Amino acid sequence: MSDETLHRALGLTDSEFEEICSVLGRRPNHLELACYGVMWSEHCSYKSSRIHLRRLPTEGPHVLVGPGENAGVIDAGDGIAIALRIESHNHPSAIEPYQGAATGVGGILRDIFTMGARPLAVMDPLFFGSLDEPRTQWLVEGVVSGISGYGNSVGVPTIGGELTFDPCYQANPLVNVLCCGALPSDRLVLGIASGVGNLAVLLGSLTGRDGIGGVSVLASAGFEGADGAESLDDAKRPSVQVGDPYEEKRLIEACLELLDSHLVVGIQDLGGAGLICATSETAARGRVGMDVDVSAVPLREVGMQPWEIMTSESQERMLAIVTPENLDALNEVCARWEVRATVVGRVTESTPSSEGEPVGLLRLRDGFDGPVLGEVPAASLADEAPLYDRPMARPKDLEQRWADEPHVLEGEDDGEVLLDLLVSPEWVYRQYDSQLFLNTVVGPGRDASLLRLAGPGLPASERGFALTTDSNPRWCALDPRRGTALTLMEGVANVACVGATPQAVVNCLNFGNPEHPEVMWQLSEAIDGLAEACRALEIPVIGGNVSLYNESGGADIHPTPVLGVLGGVPSLVSPPPGWGWSEGDTVLLVGVDRASDENPWPLAGSSYAARSAQHGGRPGDVHFGEFRRTADFVAGEVARMCAGESSDLTGVHDVASGGLAIALAEMVTAASCGLRVENVVRDELFSEFPGRFVVATTNPAEFVRRADDARVPVRVLGVAGGDSLDLGSSVRLDVDALRQRSRRALDDALGHQS
Amino acid sequence: MTSVAVVVFPGSNCEYDAARALESLGASATLVFHSAQDLSAFDGVVLPGGFAHGDYLRPGALARFSPVMSALERFAAGGGPVLGICNGFQVLTEAGLLPGALQKNRGLTFLCQPETLVVASTRSVLTRAANVGDELVIPINHFSGNYTCDDATHRELVENDQVVLRYRDNPNGSRDDIAGISNRAGNVVGLMPHPERAMSSLLGSADGLVLLRGFLGLEPAFSGR
Repeated sequence: MSDETLHRALGLTDSEFEEICSVLGRRPNHLELACYGVMWSEHCSYKSSRIHLRRLPTEGPHVLVGPGENAGVIDAGDGIAIALRIESHNHPSAIEPYQGAATGVGGILRDIFTMGARPLAVMDPLFFGSLDEPRTQWLVEGVVSGISGYGNSVGVPTIGGELTFDPCYQANPLVNVLCCGALPSDRLVLGIASGVGNLAVLLGSLTGRDGIGGVSVLASAGFEGADGAESLDDAKRPSVQVGDPYEEKRLIEACLELLDSHLVVGIQDLGGAGLICATSETAARGRVGMDVDVSAVPLREVGMQPWEIMTSESQERMLAIVTPENLDALNEVCARWEVRATVVGRVTESTPSSEGEPVGLLRLRDGFDGPVLGEVPAASLADEAPLYDRPMARPKDLEQRWADEPHVLEGEDDGEVLLDLLVSPEWVYRQYDSQLFLNTVVGPGRDASLLRLAGPGLPASERGFALTTDSNPRWCALDPRRGTALTLMEGVANVACVGATPQAVVNCLNFGNPEHPEVMWQLSEAIDGLAEACRALEIPVIGGNVSLYNESGGADIHPTPVLGVLGGVPSLVSPPPGWGWSEGDTVLLVGVDRASDENPWPLAGSSYAARSAQHGGRPGDVHFGEFRRTADFVAGEVARMCAGESSDLTGVHDVASGGLAIALAEMVTAASCGLRVENVVRDELFSEFPGRFVVATTNPAEFVRRADDARVPVRVLGVAGGDSLDLGSSVRLDVDALRQRSRRALDDALGHQS
Repeated sequence: MTSVAVVVFPGSNCEYDAARALESLGASATLVFHSAQDLSAFDGVVLPGGFAHGDYLRPGALARFSPVMSALERFAAGGGPVLGICNGFQVLTEAGLLPGALQKNRGLTFLCQPETLVVASTRSVLTRAANVGDELVIPINHFSGNYTCDDATHRELVENDQVVLRYRDNPNGSRDDIAGISNRAGNVVGLMPHPERAMSSLLGSADGLVLLRGFLGLEPAFSGR
């Protein structure tokens, strides 16, 4: 391939190629060009989104590490810090679902223990096309077994996630993964190379040809075909990495032991863009140079070229920076865990630029004292990719779409609708080990997961923490700004159900092709919506990931910002109420009362509207003040119960996807005890907006008094009893039938025998 | 104080949980790496759950060759209490310390869920503090928990009262609903469910207490045979 076209094949534009020539003051050689190709990819450089991401609020009194590092970190109290990160592994999973999902888990674990934290919990938000398509069934089975196969054996519990089906994900499913870890606050480490003469040691797997160009060829371009197998882009399969959870497990234990015994100066995972990314980022952060001996890298196959070695995305590898005196001790720890350790680099002094600024040069050599194969400023790879302010365009027909409000359909059997919308994710989560480390108080399938803040090597604490991931692509398709704000509110409502107050949010922004002006507008609006909601609710953004080019055959996915909310519970000695109740309990609807709004029960973007193919309307307006009062009240009520105080609460559930009808159906199913609600209109049953909670209590008078004190509206729905769910005059369903239907829904759709 | 070794193979992952559960009952638990060659200093040994040596080949197939296993054989032969939980059970069958084998679940998926177990025998170090017929809710967490053995072995297990726990609602296809068995002497026990995950109502169940207390000999003494 000629020089003229090589850069394009590597995913670089002509102007980016010019930029590289000007940075170097000469034309790059092939090796150098390959390094820029991966490091300046959309996936690694965030070149289309970075100028927008700056608008997110990232500071808070308890934030220890904000966005830009391997993971965000907060001070959780009692000498414990929590590290949190979210990522996407969408395109690899579309092509090879098992390995794509598995390596997504592996990659994010490394980001967490790179910070010195032991990974304690994983969550997986998944988005697929229509479940009646055979290809979707193949993807669902493959992705779930990949997460299960890797996550379970690597020894990190998978405690939740979400499962969304929508035709927009038919050829481009989304596989996001969130990981949370904890560390003694004083062990916090950053991926920094320092100390001239220190050694860079490559730990873990051999380097092979798997995953070359994963970030550029695969993650930073859309799929060609529109549907089915045509969109598979078979030629891209070699860009998918292959995971080995056993290697990763030993790598985790070895790295945590190295950090515990203070044997390393810095540590960095090898993920997207492999060794070139790890070496250039650690050197750039430390403002030092590094010599890398490409020939020292242990290889899985013969005949690999230097550019392949530097950009390979082989899994289960870490780069540790160590003083020469500690090398033997490091080798000893690694030998015990059967982890390969090889010195591949040396930290070198920076050299002054023409302006006198220190410049760390990354030199790739054949032998430490051998010929220089490539030489570039480390920071130019890691931090200095061109940033783009891409054109944006608000859709011309937006007002028209907003005016097309959905409505409940005359003659529709609401009971049938309810049954269709009631899908238990149990088939997915029973395949995940959700209990390891003995921390899981509330596991997958509920509003939010709730864990004890404990783990090997952590100081003792009575605290708990809650995690949830939320998204609502249908809201965001109609109004990305309002939809994203509402999504954050949904997350806050979810953690409130288990007694937690939000402390931090991470975001995974899954969008279409940024070269489409409408997609850039969606991205910008979503970021503004998130920023507004974060400010109003005082929650800092501590990390994020942007996944663009989620398109196939020119069609973009719905804007899908996925938000991970971390909440804290000061004392967790007793479980929060579940979704159930007992006969005779009073069931209340707590929270935002919109009866006086112009459109009190909005159906725009609801599951009801999607089922009846009503794709218009505008999600309801946000009411931050009223919402926050309600969420704080509910969180406080539940937190007191978690702290062991006596309580009249017997059930708490947030009204979310599917509306009040689904929330109540889930609760009667959990309780095995029915409910009759008289005064409810059909719209209200299926309307979706955050800030409403169903609460069951043994002492309604006392509960209402407390709600009044907190200025939170409460309405009595009914008294629990009987064996059916009766809603107004339009729904009457047997509790057993509801349970059967809900539990079997996924198995039936996937064609499994009972 | 009862002193228990919790054996750590590369790939084990429930070792901290097992140790924490034992320590919550007042025992002292020591993580012992699989390279250890002597276990005689301990009062009991636990092989915890996880994926020893990555479950390469099949669960337990490589772990049986770890150096610690000959020490374990001596410990067991001397009557010392040995408990294999989940992957530990798989290792014990591969090592021939317990009969039978664990194959893939009937539904060919991993299963993590609470199960109701019925105590079938109290003549083992694990169940000596329970009563026959007791129902215990304890989670399972495995892909290969489908217990199988030939007819002769099964007959022997039943005749010698070596089936210690059965599933009430068989989740994985195990022969005769078997969830846990012991050796003839009753001092070596393996089970697929995780008693260490059922130590507190905060985590959903405290029914594992009676089993681990029995293992530590904290309840009425083991009558043995």
